[in-house]
Amino acid sequence: MRFLQFVVDYLKAGFTGGILFWLWMLFLLFFIMLWGYGEYVQIANGMIVTNLNDQVSWGFYLANFVFMVGVAAAAVTVVFPAYVYKHKELHRIVVLGEMIAIAAVVMCLLFVIAHMGRPDRLWHLLPVIGIFNFPHAMLTWDVIVLNGYLLLNIIGGYYYLYKKYSGGEINKSFYLPVVYIAIVWALSIHTVTAFLINTMPARPMWFHSMMPIKFITTAFAAGPSLIIVVFLLVRRFTPMKIADEAFHLLSQIVVWCLGIALFLTMSEIVTELYPATEHSLGLQYLMFGHNGLNSLVPFFWTALSLMVGSFILLLIPRIRKNLTLLPFVCIAAFVGIWIEKGMGLMLPGVIPTPVGEFAEYTPSHIELMVVGGIWAIGFFLLTFMLKGAVAVLQGEVRYRTETSKQAVSEQQAEAAT
Amino acid sequence: MPKQDSSKTKDNKLTSRRDFLRSAGNYTVASLSGAAMLLSDPKPAKANVTWEEHFQKNYRLMTDEEKQEAIERLETRYSEEYGKQVTVDGTPSIEGVLFGYALNIQKCIGCRRCVKACVAENNQSRGDEQQIEWIRVLRMEKGKFSEADRDQHGYPESFGVQVGGNAYKPAGVVLEGQHYYEPEQVPEKDAFYFPMQCMQCEKPPCVKVCPVRTTYRDPDGIVVIDYNWCIGCRMCIGACPYWARRFNWGEPNLPKEEMNPVTHYLGNRPRMKGVVEKCSFCVQRTRKGRWTACVEVCPVGARKFGNLLDPNSEIRKVLAKKKVFRLRADLNTYPKFFYYMD
Repeated sequence: MRFLQFVVDYLKAGFTGGILFWLWMLFLLFFIMLWGYGEYVQIANGMIVTNLNDQVSWGFYLANFVFMVGVAAAAVTVVFPAYVYKHKELHRIVVLGEMIAIAAVVMCLLFVIAHMGRPDRLWHLLPVIGIFNFPHAMLTWDVIVLNGYLLLNIIGGYYYLYKKYSGGEINKSFYLPVVYIAIVWALSIHTVTAFLINTMPARPMWFHSMMPIKFITTAFAAGPSLIIVVFLLVRRFTPMKIADEAFHLLSQIVVWCLGIALFLTMSEIVTELYPATEHSLGLQYLMFGHNGLNSLVPFFWTALSLMVGSFILLLIPRIRKNLTLLPFVCIAAFVGIWIEKGMGLMLPGVIPTPVGEFAEYTPSHIELMVVGGIWAIGFFLLTFMLKGAVAVLQGEVRYRTETSKQAVSEQQAEAAT
Repeated sequence: MPKQDSSKTKDNKLTSRRDFLRSAGNYTVASLSGAAMLLSDPKPAKANVTWEEHFQKNYRLMTDEEKQEAIERLETRYSEEYGKQVTVDGTPSIEGVLFGYALNIQKCIGCRRCVKACVAENNQSRGDEQQIEWIRVLRMEKGKFSEADRDQHGYPESFGVQVGGNAYKPAGVVLEGQHYYEPEQVPEKDAFYFPMQCMQCEKPPCVKVCPVRTTYRDPDGIVVIDYNWCIGCRMCIGACPYWARRFNWGEPNLPKEEMNPVTHYLGNRPRMKGVVEKCSFCVQRTRKGRWTACVEVCPVGARKFGNLLDPNSEIRKVLAKKKVFRLRADLNTYPKFFYYMD
């Protein structure tokens, strides 16, 4: 009963807001409708409505999937300092980080569904009623870690909020294990996703062991960048106080992870291009194009300049600590990594094909609609969850027994007269 | 009104869809997603996909009775859909047989009759919108070292290190073959040909990565796919080093009159959209003691097929006496598709 009340109150708090809030939600709803339309067309006609083909059979959907897994994993950059280093400021807002993780994992699952040729048969993946090719198939590992991570964050985040709401004591022997498992689990989701594409010798560009660590470092640069921007917005638009220190720590995480990621990128480029074997054709195509096929070249260099640029800017303490400038640098890093890890990694991995064929690929309108829509769903969820969470954390929404409710309404009545 | 009228107009389509809805009691209606999938299908004939078919088990895990039921369901549906008696075979692999294939690259003239025979035999999708071919014939340039091709200035100039040859002009064999060649006559003077198809690996990467085990290796060595169980994730396409797998991006286009009614459940039966397919060594033929369609049609006898476990088979003689190699041996996939020279 009390839990139902929590759900109702949370929903109410999540969907309360001014004109700006509703304009934002309507804006997102427009894209969510496009997503619905795109999915309908794709399911009705098959994936022929995408620009994918036998040469490039993995594209925009999986590119976004891989990136969002990283963002989801990066919630650990809030949780880890909060619980392991007992960082006070982050500890106060750790739930907000978990909300970001939940939204990101939901987006991941939607990207995977969009990528499937037969989403109506997804039940084949379920253990017992379907077949679970475990432990052989990496995809089953990914299913486990993603859903597990979603569950851990929902349990961790909402248990905390519920206790806060109902005014109960947190049962530490239940809550802390969930938190610590979630910390390790966060690493696993992105590592497994890296393994998913990195364990295929048929695709030489992905087939190197640097891939998982590069995934983690880029994720821990892109994720906190987003978290910084979101937290700044929370601070701006809600009564939630987030201390400057929290941002300083997060921006340091961004700068060092970005630095390591750039170092790994450089190592990869030198290793591949110095001997320039046939296996480096994918990377060469990404960086310089191939016989006039160079649609990815501008993307690569844009991504690289964004990453290098934001790294250099963040190295300067005056800029890193300037909370007006910081979000713009963070957005640059975020976009840079999105390009680099999305289109810049997925496409040259499958181009050229194993028979040496180069095929250029640009997402179709349907793909753009679906991907845009999934991003909108993510932000929609995030906005609603954050609003509810902030209201609970601030104590605006809290469980009231019948008598206390009466007291409040009497008070209000008094105030009205 | 016969529900599977061959001349379907738009009105017919609507009535048969209404029929479908009315008789929804007969067909136990599928799950929400399944039902949406079926209803949104542009071809009303597909409305015949029953609840039982939609929710059947993985073929390999079915009991013999269940297999028989699944096969009968398909035979009825296909016969209605294509307007002819369609048989779906379920012959399992034969004891003591391991199929192998050998191709003489010296003899292949690049006529691609194998490709066409394969498309006709195995009911691949055809047409402009989606043409699926299981065999690819790569046209490779013949190696040539002529005086004119020799680089006088060393290699590469500004780097100052001469390692021989010429890195900027194709000298010798280039690794990039291409399979869109359209010559007036084959074989072309300066080319040789390199057909590729599913290698039926002994250690197939595609089987390992499949999350639902829809693709698996049968005891006779053929890597097969249960099209009714494939979720279309395309992991196998990513994992295949031979680019042998094809995906049905849209509803396959298989004209009724061209449809080959002699089919096998794991081979050439009509596919649906959103699933992966590939060469199955013509399982519908070879398990009945016949040759594959490509072997049968090859005008120069470049293709050999047989039982690797039979010491007297032609394929074993080829392996014993000819110069044989396998493709991309470094990946440890152990193909049962061998290339050879005389």
